Amino acid sequence: MTRTLSAPVTVAFDYTRSTGPVIGRFLTGLRDGQIVGGRTSEGKVVVPPPEFDPVTHEAITDFVDVAPVGTVTSWTWVPEPVKDQPFDRPFAFALIQLDGADVPMLHALDVASPDEVSTGMRVQVRWRAERVGAITDIEAFEPATDAGPTGVEALGTNPVTGVVVPVSLDYLYAASPEESAFYRGLNEGRILGQRCPTCQKVYVPPRSACPADGTPTAEEVEVSQTGTITTFCVVNVPFLGQKITPPYVSAYVLLDGADIAVLHLILGVPAAEVRMGMRVKAVWKPREEWTYSLENIDHFEPTGDPDAEYDTYKQHL
Amino acid sequence: MRDVAVVGFAQRQMPEFDGSPTCVELLVPLLAECYEQTGWTRRDVGFWCSGSSDYLAGRSFSFVQAVDAIGVIPPVNESHVEMDLAWAMYEAWIKIQTGEVDTALVYAFGKSSAGVLRRSLSLQLEPYTMTPLWPDTVSLAALQARVGIDAGVWDKAAMAEVANRSLTDAEKNEYSIRKGGSSVEELLARPMYADPLRKHDCSPVTDGAAAIVLAAGDKAREVREKPAWISGLSHFVDPMSMGTRDLTRSPSAARAAAGVDLSGVEVAELHAPFSHQELILRRELGLADDVRINPSGGALTSNPMFSGGGIRIGEAAARIWSGEISKAVGHATSGPALQQNLLCTLEGRS
Amino acid sequence: MSKQPAAVVGVGQTHHRAKREDVSMAGLCREAMDRALADANMSLDDIDAIVVGKAPDLFEGVMMPELFLAEALGAAGKPLLRVHTAGSVGGSTAIVASSLVQAGVHKRVLTVAFEKQSESNAMWALSVPLPFNMPVHAGAGGYFAPHVRSYIRRSEAPTHVGAIVAAKDRQNALKNPYAHLKNPDTTVESVLASQMLWDPIRYDETCPSSDGACALVIVDEDTAAASPNPAWIHGTVMRSEATTAAERDQVNPQASRDAAAALWKQAGITSPIDEIDAAEIYVPFSWFEPMWLESLGFAEENGGGWRLSESGATAMDGRMPVNCSGGVLSSNPIGASGMLRFGEAALQVRGAAGEHQVDGARKALGHAYGGGSQFFAMWVVGSEKPTN
Repeated sequence: MTRTLSAPVTVAFDYTRSTGPVIGRFLTGLRDGQIVGGRTSEGKVVVPPPEFDPVTHEAITDFVDVAPVGTVTSWTWVPEPVKDQPFDRPFAFALIQLDGADVPMLHALDVASPDEVSTGMRVQVRWRAERVGAITDIEAFEPATDAGPTGVEALGTNPVTGVVVPVSLDYLYAASPEESAFYRGLNEGRILGQRCPTCQKVYVPPRSACPADGTPTAEEVEVSQTGTITTFCVVNVPFLGQKITPPYVSAYVLLDGADIAVLHLILGVPAAEVRMGMRVKAVWKPREEWTYSLENIDHFEPTGDPDAEYDTYKQHL
Repeated sequence: MRDVAVVGFAQRQMPEFDGSPTCVELLVPLLAECYEQTGWTRRDVGFWCSGSSDYLAGRSFSFVQAVDAIGVIPPVNESHVEMDLAWAMYEAWIKIQTGEVDTALVYAFGKSSAGVLRRSLSLQLEPYTMTPLWPDTVSLAALQARVGIDAGVWDKAAMAEVANRSLTDAEKNEYSIRKGGSSVEELLARPMYADPLRKHDCSPVTDGAAAIVLAAGDKAREVREKPAWISGLSHFVDPMSMGTRDLTRSPSAARAAAGVDLSGVEVAELHAPFSHQELILRRELGLADDVRINPSGGALTSNPMFSGGGIRIGEAAARIWSGEISKAVGHATSGPALQQNLLCTLEGRS
Repeated sequence: MSKQPAAVVGVGQTHHRAKREDVSMAGLCREAMDRALADANMSLDDIDAIVVGKAPDLFEGVMMPELFLAEALGAAGKPLLRVHTAGSVGGSTAIVASSLVQAGVHKRVLTVAFEKQSESNAMWALSVPLPFNMPVHAGAGGYFAPHVRSYIRRSEAPTHVGAIVAAKDRQNALKNPYAHLKNPDTTVESVLASQMLWDPIRYDETCPSSDGACALVIVDEDTAAASPNPAWIHGTVMRSEATTAAERDQVNPQASRDAAAALWKQAGITSPIDEIDAAEIYVPFSWFEPMWLESLGFAEENGGGWRLSESGATAMDGRMPVNCSGGVLSSNPIGASGMLRFGEAALQVRGAAGEHQVDGARKALGHAYGGGSQFFAMWVVGSEKPTN
């Protein structure tokens, strides 16, 4: 048995970026097949244009068209591309100083092997046919030809003011060893806590460090599947990524034998009838659906017993 | 300025940490080690500051659980930077300089292996025109390395020499995750990875955590016979753009060097995640030939994100405590191609 | 050794909106910074160091955005720090910036905090599901609503107090040219009639999601001499505790009480309600006004807070004006929200708060909290140099 449980998790969002006038001008140019640089107070043409002048700190307002052809000032080979890079086969990243610019810009260079790249080589833009106003409107640079890059039509009339940047990151999420014990217990239909050897409080789930004194919780304690709602809210609001359809009651349930409440869902009772102090019990999913998850407990529902006295749980609020 | 010293240091480094991205399980023994070194309890610590990154952990507020490792009843005077341990230490040093507290414990952690590190770090770039191309951190370093090679500022042999020395020194460091030197020739015979970088030119993906303890004046003297006194602490940042920077240089490192007194430094622990970056730093710091560089093996042999810089300071301090040397400098970097740099000089004067 | 005196001589903020589609992240920050610098009669070249604050990087999808922003913020060639302490970050960042001056390390520090929440979605960023867990959380509102319920139960508060606070802050916002929400028709009745989102929290009792930034120029005593109206820093405090712990008081956390006690002691204040002329308290959900009033010592625990709010004492013309700017309830660029509280407190004691100025304010509180009511940052600023 491994020490910890782990599972993949993807954190993904398509970010909607407003560009402001300077980056917007650059991206508008790309959409229309033109590379635009900015002239700084020192007279340098920089691509992409910096938003603010490095010396005067004023916004850049002097824009200059540069050539779609330039010279490689540095390059590297990418033998094992990562997801979302310009190519999923080996390619080069390069710093390319375009004719008319005073400093290089970064982009991909599409060649078959590192033997075909060298510092000082002449390269040209390869435009994407569908251009939206993004750095990826340049599909890549490629070795310069005598004919030069194919000119392209402007694809819009309105200035670009925003760009969508999808960001999707894959992680392997691991639970701590203490949490793993908790999830393994859930896979057996048990709710396991651990007692802190210093303050003697029973933590559910157990903790790598008792937050009161920094000591890892240790002695295993199986707690009851029945407990008291300390406090709760009724969620009426839908939101992105939500897995449970509103309205639903999310409640802190202080299980008998535990010194800290767990957050879970209350069903089997109209939301308006849920009360602080209500006694509830765990309702498990069918056994064949169990995994290493708190979701094995489908929800909590009222036991029908009289409510707990406020004094018995008020120190847990 | 108050006299403040590094009096405690603990570290853990590994290729893959079998634990949660909050690293609480890793922090508990680290803090215990700090208490053991100082004879303190958590209640003797006046200020806490941590460093970590939400994007390394893959979730928002990934640092909030870390305070559990301290034990926070009663609550603590605490802060967090989305930066390396070295800058967390800087914030703590400032706090001590205000006179508000006399002691501080700073820590940092990161589980780099939870994602694809070189890809995750693309999110550190300019988000409109750089990140959409996902230039990975190794590629960016390789572009920098070639600029220097083409300009004749360094060559592949000099880079291999850095790697060979680091791998050799790492054999004596129990925390290094890549070790074993051979020869410049043998290293140069190994296959190219991100041309012109070979794998040994790049720091390995490392998980880990580290903690540093600071104390002022007599508090420091109570802890150690030879506290590592902070005689200078300076940090600066450069623009990010790979186009406008002279990639063979690091102006922010040079500025930081001008802000401290490097004369008499015997050991320099330089946070150079790529071999050529050590060469840049040595030049910007103007280190004499007899300065021992990275006797720990340095970042090329182990580089836990968000503690890798602070570990350099801790390693330097440990050599002062032992009496082996009397002056050292620790360096930390952040951002692509040495964008941000911090220097901390440590002295063993009594 | 004691702290070097430090003062705020420049305050700047953006016009806060749901979406500031006219600016980039750099443009947003510079809008606040340039206003703060103009207020301080300085330029970026006068600044020694820059401290950036921001809440989770997932909001904008940039890891450590201060690095790519460095040049645009004028930080290139200077020391740059990035603070992140959850929702309290704007306050913590201002405290770190002031400590650079109080330590005697720098003379003129510029600090900026921002959030461009429209680049993503705050509810998403705060509720990314974790494997093995039960995704019952529903953003910040879902997190705090149960604790508001606990407060109501514990203090036996009438349920309309939250609406009184919301209506008051929204009316105050009409006097603040930078505020995000400008709804002149908001009344206690209209708040009570708004949808129950996270029962017991109604729609109009919640903060908006805003794009915005705030910047402060904090300087040493010599530099402050050139300012006609410096806001002197009389005390700064940060305190943290755990998100969850056995028997942790989540309504009135110990870290909050400890922070307040330490703050009043530092600032030489024995009766906050009598000595503080204006308070900018971090109130993202209206019920947190009475909750924090009690925790901060403006009112008795278990009911003094709601009685104060209900009585009208926290209105601009009341005994203890709270959030004259309209507060977090009217503008909430999360990373900047704490610094806005700190900055608005400074504006009050500088007599520079414009239409929402409390007459003759001499001492003011800036307050921020974050995480699960676990990180606290506070300061007291005054029109006079501190005597202690």
